[in-house]
Amino acid sequence: MSDTTQNTREWPLWEVFVRSSRGLSHVHAGSLHAPDATMALRNARDLYTRRNEGTSVWVVPSDAILSSDPDHKGGFFESAQGKSFRHATYYTKSEGVKHL
Amino acid sequence: MSFASNDSATKQSAGIAITAEEIAEQGITASEDVARYALYLGDDALMLGQRLSHWISRAPELEEDIALGNIALDLVGHARFFLTYAGTAWGKTEDDLAYFRDEEEFRSCRLVEQENGDFGQTIARQLIFSYYQHELYSKLVESQDETLAAIAAKALKEVQYHQDHAAQWLLRLGIGTEESHRRIQEGLYYMWPYIDDLFHDDDVTAALPGIAVQPSSLRENFDRRIAEIISEATLELPQVDQAWGGDRSGEFSEARGHILAEMQVLARQFPGATW
Repeated sequence: MSDTTQNTREWPLWEVFVRSSRGLSHVHAGSLHAPDATMALRNARDLYTRRNEGTSVWVVPSDAILSSDPDHKGGFFESAQGKSFRHATYYTKSEGVKHL
Repeated sequence: MSFASNDSATKQSAGIAITAEEIAEQGITASEDVARYALYLGDDALMLGQRLSHWISRAPELEEDIALGNIALDLVGHARFFLTYAGTAWGKTEDDLAYFRDEEEFRSCRLVEQENGDFGQTIARQLIFSYYQHELYSKLVESQDETLAAIAAKALKEVQYHQDHAAQWLLRLGIGTEESHRRIQEGLYYMWPYIDDLFHDDDVTAALPGIAVQPSSLRENFDRRIAEIISEATLELPQVDQAWGGDRSGEFSEARGHILAEMQVLARQFPGATW
């Protein structure tokens, strides 16, 4: 191969999600490098399910994930604090409503 | 297996599967003939497991390091089953057979003893051996010997993955770049002369109709399937003479001694050592 940047280029990064058993959601387990999606799935199997952790695995290109900005945590998440009226327990039960 | 609710992605369990310890403890004794056959299967797996383990810390990427390490461990696992079972015929343990037999007492084929070479050469050996082993275990699960059948059932699931791993890499190297194509093609040529060894019927297999798989019966499927994947990878099926000799009665390659020297040195210097 004549293109030297090609030779030293690292494999792209993938995020791995593992479902531990039926009925549960896939949970983020970690990340890995792989040349393509097919191999990423196989590498995920080798890295994250070798102790029987999984019944299903997803791999997602890391750059396909848009993540919230930790520096803007205040405006993004903390404004929900103190808004107890967003919780059902804030409200008193109306008279005559049974079985609540 | 437990289905307890637990949403951790890292929940671990050992699962349920046959173990070498169970074979040793269940009190079944292999006949002399079955033991000789089990040595064929165990020694192939042991030698290749040892060979592959050399890639640990040397593979092109960390992920591939772990993949090859996993495959090596699977193979050592197969060896433990077969050698433990063989040992029941002679009152020997798996360790006695692995560490205290000399070169000429091993019954492995020459393919598994061949040098790792570069990644392409290793993948070529993996392709040939895992395709062969897949055919073998697919038939051995029907063996009239229940222990051999149980070992084959466990090992077959692992070999399905070994085969897939080798095929995926064959395709990528074959179709990848000029350089990767050249290397995997050279790897195939390097390993090809040792294929016939795998498919020889001999007195050991002939003595066990219905128990041993007759190696020659695997050839047709193997030839067809390996030709398909090689052609899909845009590679050429090597047309080369087969290496001379090659039965399992004592013909072996020079490499065997080197593999054993490294594998056996600790156990022989410190007999009974545990760690």
